[in-house]
Amino acid sequence: MPLSPSTLPALTHLSHLESESIHIFREVVSEVENPVMLYSIGKDSAVMLHLAQKAFYPSPPPFPLMHIDTTWKFQEMVSFRDKIAKEVGMDLIVHINQEGVEKGIGPFTHGSSLHTDIMKTQALIQALDKYQFDAAFGGARRDEEKARAKERIFSFRSKRHRWDPKNQRPEPWSLYNTRKMPGESIRVFPLSNWTELDIWQYIYLENIPIVPLYFAKKRPVVERDGMLIMVDDERMPLYRTENVQEKMVRFRTLGCYPLTGAIESSATTLPDIIQEMLLATQSERQGRTIDHDQAASMEKKKQEGYF
Amino acid sequence: MAHQSDLIKTDIENYLQQQEQKSILRFITCGSVDDGKSTLIGRLLYESKLVFEDQLADLEKDSKKLGTQGAMLDFALLVDGLAAEREQGITIDVAYRFFSTTTRKFIVADTPGHEQYTRNMATGASTADLAILMVDARQGIFTQTRRHAYIVNLLGVKHFVLAINKMDLIDYNQTRFNEIVDDFKAFAMKIGLNADYLKAMPLSALNGDNIVEKSLQTEWYQGPTLMEHLENVPVYEEAAQKPFRLPVQWVNRPNLNFRGFSGQIASGYIQKGDSISVHPNGQTSKVREIIFPDFKTGNHHLEKAQAGQSVTLTLEDEIDVSRGAVICKKDSPAQEADQFRATILWMDESKMLPGRTYLMKCGAKTVQAILASPRYVVDVNSLEKIAAETLSLNAIGSCNLSLDQKIAFDPYDENRPTGSFILIDRLTNRTIAMGFLKFALRRAANIQWQALDIREDSRAKQKQQKPVVIWFTGLSGSGKSTIANALEKKLFGMDRHTMLLDGDNVRHGLCRDLGFKQADRVENIRRVSEVAKLMVEAGLITLVSFISPFRNERQMVRKLIGDGKFIEVFVDTPLDIAEKRDVKGLYKKARSGEIKNFTGIDSPYEAPHNPEIKINTVGQSPEEAANNILTFLIEQKIIEI
Repeated sequence: MPLSPSTLPALTHLSHLESESIHIFREVVSEVENPVMLYSIGKDSAVMLHLAQKAFYPSPPPFPLMHIDTTWKFQEMVSFRDKIAKEVGMDLIVHINQEGVEKGIGPFTHGSSLHTDIMKTQALIQALDKYQFDAAFGGARRDEEKARAKERIFSFRSKRHRWDPKNQRPEPWSLYNTRKMPGESIRVFPLSNWTELDIWQYIYLENIPIVPLYFAKKRPVVERDGMLIMVDDERMPLYRTENVQEKMVRFRTLGCYPLTGAIESSATTLPDIIQEMLLATQSERQGRTIDHDQAASMEKKKQEGYF
Repeated sequence: MAHQSDLIKTDIENYLQQQEQKSILRFITCGSVDDGKSTLIGRLLYESKLVFEDQLADLEKDSKKLGTQGAMLDFALLVDGLAAEREQGITIDVAYRFFSTTTRKFIVADTPGHEQYTRNMATGASTADLAILMVDARQGIFTQTRRHAYIVNLLGVKHFVLAINKMDLIDYNQTRFNEIVDDFKAFAMKIGLNADYLKAMPLSALNGDNIVEKSLQTEWYQGPTLMEHLENVPVYEEAAQKPFRLPVQWVNRPNLNFRGFSGQIASGYIQKGDSISVHPNGQTSKVREIIFPDFKTGNHHLEKAQAGQSVTLTLEDEIDVSRGAVICKKDSPAQEADQFRATILWMDESKMLPGRTYLMKCGAKTVQAILASPRYVVDVNSLEKIAAETLSLNAIGSCNLSLDQKIAFDPYDENRPTGSFILIDRLTNRTIAMGFLKFALRRAANIQWQALDIREDSRAKQKQQKPVVIWFTGLSGSGKSTIANALEKKLFGMDRHTMLLDGDNVRHGLCRDLGFKQADRVENIRRVSEVAKLMVEAGLITLVSFISPFRNERQMVRKLIGDGKFIEVFVDTPLDIAEKRDVKGLYKKARSGEIKNFTGIDSPYEAPHNPEIKINTVGQSPEEAANNILTFLIEQKIIEI
């Protein structure tokens, strides 16, 4: 039956976002030499990976996954990561800052900002240099944080991996200029225009597997500095006043377990999670220590090379 | 974040289903500095309950420290994210903000008002369906307001909201409101802005008047609130009604049996079995499959697809399609051209250089482009077209451009994605301009190319050779012209562009007023050397066969042409042999006194001290001599094979 324009249904906002992200993936693969996907195991990475598979089907995504392992990730994250990499048939590079490990850097002993800098930011820079990746996909969204709202989809980094927010290339239409000097690299954010709600709706709609930590379950936690910290392994030192309690908790965002606060919840399904999120009164990064250090702190971290 | 809908609490799955049907509206806020753009967006986020408690706490803290609203919340601080912006209280870069209501998701490009950041504003407008043009009710229409209206209209944004803000500061005065609206409408008409799509509203972003709820202060205003308008403005799926275009981004070849062409459909729609043609070059085939994977159901094929969707097509025939090609429906193909008239918005601090080769990215295609000097630039205030030699930062001008190959395109006014391009500087890699294709130039129109700044090296490059002067000096009858002739034939046979200037011939025309006295000989050389110089500039390999007896004059020519481009060939034939040959019978006449001032007889010949080449014609044929010169030219890389 011939089709007339008037019978075409309008695209939904999720279809728009999905196609925009796929376009970005294909553009990078066509124009750069050695791309990689930063896979952080969280829900945004899950969506990003799903979109990459769609972009190149029936080919597998023509780049490896890379996880910067701080050695303090939740155990459930690590096992989920290995399972997914096997399922999608992509190469998985796991990079750990060995220097940091030798020096015994950790969040409990050295504080969150030093730990994040050495085991995450420096580790990422090491890995990008080691494998000579000239473009790295990241799952950051503009709605997460004020500095990110100003960042381009194709965000350039100097040889020393620094971001210059005052010198960003204009990105009119969807025409991305991917040219770079030798040694420069690009961080590419295919999820720039997604919001937290879009991510959850898409996971729900497409049935995308996510780490079970997002769902409420009885887990051992202690209350510390107003946050519920899960006791994920024996490295966590406990103060005398602290009691490990079994509580129904889940995580809105995932990072290093000592730095990620849990929330008490009974949400065990995706609709439950979305419902809880819609009724929430705190933003999602609120459970993360790193954004609160100082105003515009994300901008500063990004300038130094943080994703 | 209490979303309006009670459904969230009572029936989340039902709510999610409704949410899936939401459409999307991209809009931009623009206007002059301090007209309250950031405040308006902060207000929209706040009113749609998208500001979380922790963010609100930060906002209260920041408002006290940096705010400009006294004890009140400074909503601008919600959106000005960069440290420099918060300190200076201005917006530098485009920020994208997101909020949604029950029917729509909104993506807002919050753009800077300062003139020096106009390029960022244009970037924000390039993807917008609607523009909110902010005006401070106390100030009225500014230059920057007009400028933004002009740019937003140039970029093809259809819907306009003239948001007359800070109404609280003029006591919600209707007369003042009407004055500003009339003022703007007069300007809008001049730039061809469609008044049917223009909506003027009295607002106070700070107090929330007519943002979400109708203000009690403006009972004279009968129109919708801003939020109502944003939710209901029809965003026609216009792109789907236009001719089908799929710029090929990536060729998908997982194995020998599959060859798919991936890209985001720029406009129109396509069905399985449709006849297509691929441009440039126009090969045709039919759509075999439309692939869009659905990992949930396992059905990876679509029957049809439309503008906005990123798909992969397979075709019935094996035809050559690579990145940058545009797949069209056979009955409505894109145009093809390599010469264009375009409108260009310059975005870089370094000025446009007419004649320089830039990279041009149009869709998925990157080609080389040369820009002619602008035909004019537009004064956005007076809308006058002003003559200009170049384009500088934020200038909007009309230019011709010439590409190194044909591309498929549509005029920007007909189709944004296939009519837009960016220019990239090859040295700095910066994105230096955005452009809008107007139409292809016909051959006749190409004559305007004299405006182009074509220099010696570009002409030489076109001829793929190094232009030089090969200067043959020697006695009359030494064999200069014969050898020069033989050499020119060889060069010509090698597809080189040459010209031979012969002393005798030149004396018949250009120098026929000159005799053979010393002063005349000097003038003769001067004229010939100037002609030779022009020929080198034209990119030619120029052979000059001239007795040129004086060392000084040859030295002068060398200086004029430039060392490295001047090759002196001394045809060294002894006087007695030349005189014995006496091809033209001149020596005889000179000896008898019939001709005066004859070189070698009663006028001296000064042999060169260090000629590039010395040819001994005794025991060497002219053919051999020419070969020796050619070998020298090749060895010196003057002629490249």
